[in-house]
Amino acid sequence: MRPRVTWVHAHAALVFAFLYLPILVLIVYSFNGESVAGFPPHGWTLRWYNELFADDPLWSSVGNSLLVAAFAVALALLFGIPAALALDRADFPGKQVFRRLVLLPLILPGIITGLSLLTLFASAGAQLSLLTVAIGHGTALISVAVAEVSAGLQKFDRALEEASRDLGASEWYTFRRVTLPSLKLPIIAAALLIFTLSLDEIAVSFFLVGRENTLPLEIWSRLRRGITPEINAVSTLIFAFSVVTIVVWFKLRGSATDA
Amino acid sequence: MSDALLTVARVSKSFAGTKVLQDVSLTIANGEFLTILGESGSGKTTLLRIIAGFERADNGTLTMNGNDIDRLPANRRNVNTVFQHYALFPHLTVFENIAYGLRAKKVPASEIKTRVESALAQMRMSEMAARRPAQLSGGQQQRIALARALVNRPALLLLDEPLSALDATLRVHMQGELKALQRETGITFVFVTHDQEEAITLSDRIAVLRNGHLEQIDTPRELYNRPRTAYVAAFIGKANLLPNGMAVRPENVQVVAPASVPVASGSQSWTGTVKRIVFAGASDLIEVDCSDGIILNARVPSGGSYPPTVQLLVASEHLIPLS
Amino acid sequence: MYSRSYQRLVSIPPLLWVTAFLLLPYASLFLISFWQVHSQQIVHQWTLHNYGQLVGNPVYLEVLGRSARIAASVTILALLLGVPLAYFVSMRAGRFKNLLYQLVIIPLWVSYLVRAYAWKTILGGNGVLNTLLIHVGILHQPAAFLLYSPFAVILTLTHIYTPFVFLPAYASMAHIPKALIEASGDLGASPFRSFWKVIFPLSLPGIIAGATFAFVLSLGDFIAPLLIGGPNGIMISNIVVSLFGAAYDWPLGSAISLCILILVVVLISTTESVERRLRLGGAR
Repeated sequence: MRPRVTWVHAHAALVFAFLYLPILVLIVYSFNGESVAGFPPHGWTLRWYNELFADDPLWSSVGNSLLVAAFAVALALLFGIPAALALDRADFPGKQVFRRLVLLPLILPGIITGLSLLTLFASAGAQLSLLTVAIGHGTALISVAVAEVSAGLQKFDRALEEASRDLGASEWYTFRRVTLPSLKLPIIAAALLIFTLSLDEIAVSFFLVGRENTLPLEIWSRLRRGITPEINAVSTLIFAFSVVTIVVWFKLRGSATDA
Repeated sequence: MSDALLTVARVSKSFAGTKVLQDVSLTIANGEFLTILGESGSGKTTLLRIIAGFERADNGTLTMNGNDIDRLPANRRNVNTVFQHYALFPHLTVFENIAYGLRAKKVPASEIKTRVESALAQMRMSEMAARRPAQLSGGQQQRIALARALVNRPALLLLDEPLSALDATLRVHMQGELKALQRETGITFVFVTHDQEEAITLSDRIAVLRNGHLEQIDTPRELYNRPRTAYVAAFIGKANLLPNGMAVRPENVQVVAPASVPVASGSQSWTGTVKRIVFAGASDLIEVDCSDGIILNARVPSGGSYPPTVQLLVASEHLIPLS
Repeated sequence: MYSRSYQRLVSIPPLLWVTAFLLLPYASLFLISFWQVHSQQIVHQWTLHNYGQLVGNPVYLEVLGRSARIAASVTILALLLGVPLAYFVSMRAGRFKNLLYQLVIIPLWVSYLVRAYAWKTILGGNGVLNTLLIHVGILHQPAAFLLYSPFAVILTLTHIYTPFVFLPAYASMAHIPKALIEASGDLGASPFRSFWKVIFPLSLPGIIAGATFAFVLSLGDFIAPLLIGGPNGIMISNIVVSLFGAAYDWPLGSAISLCILILVVVLISTTESVERRLRLGGAR
């Protein structure tokens, strides 16, 4: 009640500094005059941003990533929303196993998800491509959709559905006019989160990518070849994009107390 | 008059621009059972929380035994609280819950054991020592919450609507227990409730709060017989509010056949039609529609019969002037 | 309340998907782990050889041990950073609570690769930290251990996974009824005591969940080691990556992957039952 600055405040300040230090360095050095990251930074230039905008292969990988992300959102929602509903209201043998399986990719290292799908595709003789990447993302990120929609269903008052049925509506009608609208916010929040996670996804994509690269993999291959400050520029842009997205997501999902 | 334990002087508090307490002053006497009575939104819980130390007043002072305590944090005040939903620590046993405050004050282990065991015995819950709160019923949890607070021997015990979560029979029973407990321990109790019957039953004095203002603070009998405002008159017991700024209690309204009884000087009289007779066990409440939109209630022994038109008489000593 | 057809309609499509893209892949991983490689070809000869390799090969065991140590270090550091932070934001931040919460999870949304790369920039021989320290005079030549070392991996992964620990710890703490903390203060406990005796025990389920996240995901990470780990920072997943790549031994790679999978599942089940027991014994 009396705000006193204690070690808790100091600790928090240090942790925030730690979390944001690399990001700040990136932003500062994306404008760095020299092409090495020595301290202190020299000069100020937009050169790297200019090079970035002229970099066609990079932009085509951005396009690929956007495509894959859109597809991943569609897949994750298409199967994740029914999955959440099933867990909330259906009864079937193996339900607990199903729940664990669906949520497993959330915590499972991406390499396992990626490799397991790779072995499946290889056995089936399927060609690796953006489609296989999208399937990989979708599978991994269904868990996010299920988590968000399940949380929304928990808050949902079943009496509303009962009232709808009582008034004569069919199950489908009730779903469309009562259940789904109440899930609007969780679904949008999930979509946003899945989209962003898909754009950044690298571990699963690593094993499922074909000839066309996604943005993270494109950046990755360049990093293997050596550092260019252009990477700082694209990273800063990604950061800016992320900040905007998260502010929007936060507004949608309500305050931190709903988290 | 017993000495003052806590003096609340001109305390005000606002939350997000809304004034919740306005210039409230009262003195709590040592050893008394004081109830802060009010509807929701009256500020009663806020006042309690300020005394406990969970909120800080915007203006005014709190003085306990001559010392200013408004700057003291809750954990350093000699005040303990029984919370509305008990706030028992779910991860600790009953024994550990009660011992919590003693451990925090580094009381030696042997003394803790004695005091906790005697607190449990006083509540007749000695066999529950190793249980967890989740395994207890509402009434049992309530008693543990009480024990947990009282074992610290506070100068002042605050109770935030502690009986509101109990069903009616248990409630009445616990009221009796609380009253006995207060008399036994002699600890000053400050009890917050919205239930006026509860307040009348338990208290030495009642402080009526309305919209953040202190309307009146008096013994239950004084509040009932001499309410100072229309609000207090109507809040405590039933009252007929008369257009001339007076009030009269229904049991003091005499019901007679019209013109059958001489009207004493100073008395007031009305004639009207009987609208309803409500059965209330030992008594009936008769609702009479007099002219000019005045509706008066009279409380009479039950079982009587009445003509459609009656005359109501109120003796002058039963008229209560209101401000 | 819900008809058979409703229940079927919502459960069958996801079940099919899960079977096709989760169960079958794990099954194929399982199958392949029993095969062998002869002259660059996967041969369907059944053997337990691969699993024997995992236990018998000292190199693999050493890498596995190092991976566990790195994951444990990351977890401990992330806990030390994340849990007090969760306490601060949920209980001491007042009206800044929402803003600070957002600030903590923003880095989560910034690309993993970007953040790992940023550390590379900072820790490198010509990087920000070294040149700064030389500039100021603390060092006379770049500290080599900063980059391409287990230290760099631990530092980077701690940076990545601290928010992962923060989130469930925060959620747990936010769920503690305020009255309990007030009661603790009312009974005379200092804020420090209230934290250890009330807040920490009641938020333990969330803390354990966060720690499990950090440990498992660090254990299976291969990007950070490749980027900044150097030869001494190789972790178990890197071995798997090369077995599916240049070292071409899918069966062996599958065997190791399956072991990681089983380890993760066992770990999660264990911590979940611990969490459940804490919750039942503790929270309402």
